[in-house]
Amino acid sequence: MIDTLELIEIPAEDEALRTEIRSFLSDALAGLAPDIRARSWMGFDADFSRKLAQRGWLGITLPPQYGGAGKSAFARFVLSEELLGVGAPVSAHWIADRQSGPLILKYGTEAQKSFYLPRICKAEAFFCIGMSEPDSGSDLASIRTKAVRNQAGWLLSGSKIWTTNAQHSDYMIALVRTSGTTADRYKGLSQIIVDLKLPGVSVRPINDMAGDAHFSEVFFEDVQCPDDALIGVEGDGWAQVNAELAFERSGPERLYSSMVLLETWLAHCRFNDAGNAVAAATLGQIVSWLAVLRAMSLSLTAKLAKGESPAIEATLVKDLGTEIEQAIPRLIGEVLGSAPDAPVSASLLKTLAYLEQLAPSFSLRGGTREILRGIIARGLGLR
Amino acid sequence: MDDIFGDSIERLFAQIVTPAAIRAIEEGASIDALWQALEDSGFLDALVPESSGGAGLTLAQVFPLFLSAGRHAIPVPFAQTMLARAWLHHVRAPIPKGPITIAAFGMRSGENSISGSAVSFGRTAQWVLADLGSQIVLLPTRGADLESELIADPASLDVAMRWKGPRAANGISGETHPCAKLAEISAVCHASLIAGAADKALALTLDYAGQRTQFGKPIGKFQAVQSQISIMAERTWAARMAAQMACNSTNWWPRPLLAAVGKSRASEAAAVIADIAHAVHGALGITQEYDLQLYTRRLRQWRLAAGNETYWAGRIGEALLRKTSSSALAFICSELSAERL
Repeated sequence: MIDTLELIEIPAEDEALRTEIRSFLSDALAGLAPDIRARSWMGFDADFSRKLAQRGWLGITLPPQYGGAGKSAFARFVLSEELLGVGAPVSAHWIADRQSGPLILKYGTEAQKSFYLPRICKAEAFFCIGMSEPDSGSDLASIRTKAVRNQAGWLLSGSKIWTTNAQHSDYMIALVRTSGTTADRYKGLSQIIVDLKLPGVSVRPINDMAGDAHFSEVFFEDVQCPDDALIGVEGDGWAQVNAELAFERSGPERLYSSMVLLETWLAHCRFNDAGNAVAAATLGQIVSWLAVLRAMSLSLTAKLAKGESPAIEATLVKDLGTEIEQAIPRLIGEVLGSAPDAPVSASLLKTLAYLEQLAPSFSLRGGTREILRGIIARGLGLR
Repeated sequence: MDDIFGDSIERLFAQIVTPAAIRAIEEGASIDALWQALEDSGFLDALVPESSGGAGLTLAQVFPLFLSAGRHAIPVPFAQTMLARAWLHHVRAPIPKGPITIAAFGMRSGENSISGSAVSFGRTAQWVLADLGSQIVLLPTRGADLESELIADPASLDVAMRWKGPRAANGISGETHPCAKLAEISAVCHASLIAGAADKALALTLDYAGQRTQFGKPIGKFQAVQSQISIMAERTWAARMAAQMACNSTNWWPRPLLAAVGKSRASEAAAVIADIAHAVHGALGITQEYDLQLYTRRLRQWRLAAGNETYWAGRIGEALLRKTSSSALAFICSELSAERL
């Protein structure tokens, strides 16, 4: 039914990276307030991304011939968890590094790989991913944005919404319809790399309830894309998108969205009420839950590195991971609010407030909880 | 190698630990035949060194056996006996014949009596390896008063026990073995048993959801039911990983913080899993006749046995608070992380 996972230990050479990364981050992020760091993969800082690139930490798993470091998936795991654990502002390069780069490596032509990958590794090309549309959220097969083949390449029209970082990005990898109609569902969808500086592209940032503009609406009015804008095979867009979901759903980014709050609260507990039994039990609950999920995530990393595609397991990890990410602000709020007379620093409260407001998004992005549970039910043979 | 053990114990349990056998033992039938079969299998000495007639296996290697025991709702202290034998051998104490259970918590010793509440497997054990705080003793269950009326569940194999008179205490050692506290050993047993019973409860629930038809289709076709069963599958899978972590050791004894992680997470999952199993089964699930109760009653008992999720989480939290130079992430990556075996 659902396989027993193997317990995996990170290989020593990859684990050795951790010390170097920690020491770099403690310098690079010194003085950055916790409520700012809590934004982490919503925190945009191109200079920071370039500093990582200089150390070879962008495209860490990409082949050296394309500017990558050619390291293992476990090196990437260590790097990701250290970056997210301290809330480094990784947003600028995150999507390029995590999704677009590997996608281009897998499906791109030699020319596409040589053009995009070295620039991704140097933090010179930032990407966003265009999936949702105003009338297409969880039901992605209903997308209407169209790319029509013409003599110059592809003529793009339509719009995308909730696109993280579109306003800061150089390129969008968009899932669009290249043939048929919405009645054809997943048939006729393709992935197109759109240069966001082309005429006819306009981007409207949308403010979120925490006051940030981390996502946008993007409009395409007869945007003429070149012939090589198509990535992969025409009509295979849906299969290509799904192939990367196991990677997207099982990584450490599904566990650590609330880590800065946890660390800030831990420091508060050590300073203020180390003897508080409720605080100790809550801390233990959170870290033990994270430890089990991390073991699962590592085990899936090993499976993916071996070329397996544990899609159902990855879905389970994402649903469980976002559950703890969302529980952390609630649990910490419970402990803090149960002692209203005890002093709490403004920075802890600001960090808590930010995560309480954004936590609902954790189980929306990358596939909603309801969609994931449908996938799990199918994996269990119920559908 | 693990799979070979796991497969062979699955076959053995499927033959000898049937729902009918469990019900008979719960009603007071002898465990002798069952125990003899387990003794003959050789698994009971798996954790004792080869030089002393055992198999010299590690805790990680026997995890599939513990899991299987839970999956079959084993009515005797199988995992406990394996670990108790290794513990007794380690402190150079004689190993008695017959099933040994472990009472790591809740034992009180006065001048003229020793007592314990809800001794896990107390009704089918012949010995109780008990932590009295100041010393660890091996108590024969023959000669103890069983206060079974104290346990609400009449079929329960857990029981309150009292031993009268100073002759009761057969002390083993004033010291406890530094690597293996009975609390953690007991936590590992129950975490693994929960993971196994959860697996069985999920299998029964999936079967039922596929067979039971309402409104013209199997209830497993309804999204609300699918969502519940998905949550159950997630928890079942997490409990198994947690129990596997608890058994992640190159010795026969557990690493204390991983034992804590295992029991904390498996216990948290146990109640959720039992609740959903019953919700999906409807009224049938709460009948004595249907097998689900054999597993869900144990899920709830094993959750509380040897400390529930809050108790073990508290221990982990205290360890993290004490380690003042460590971030939560560093603590997770070093102290709560599996090691290569």
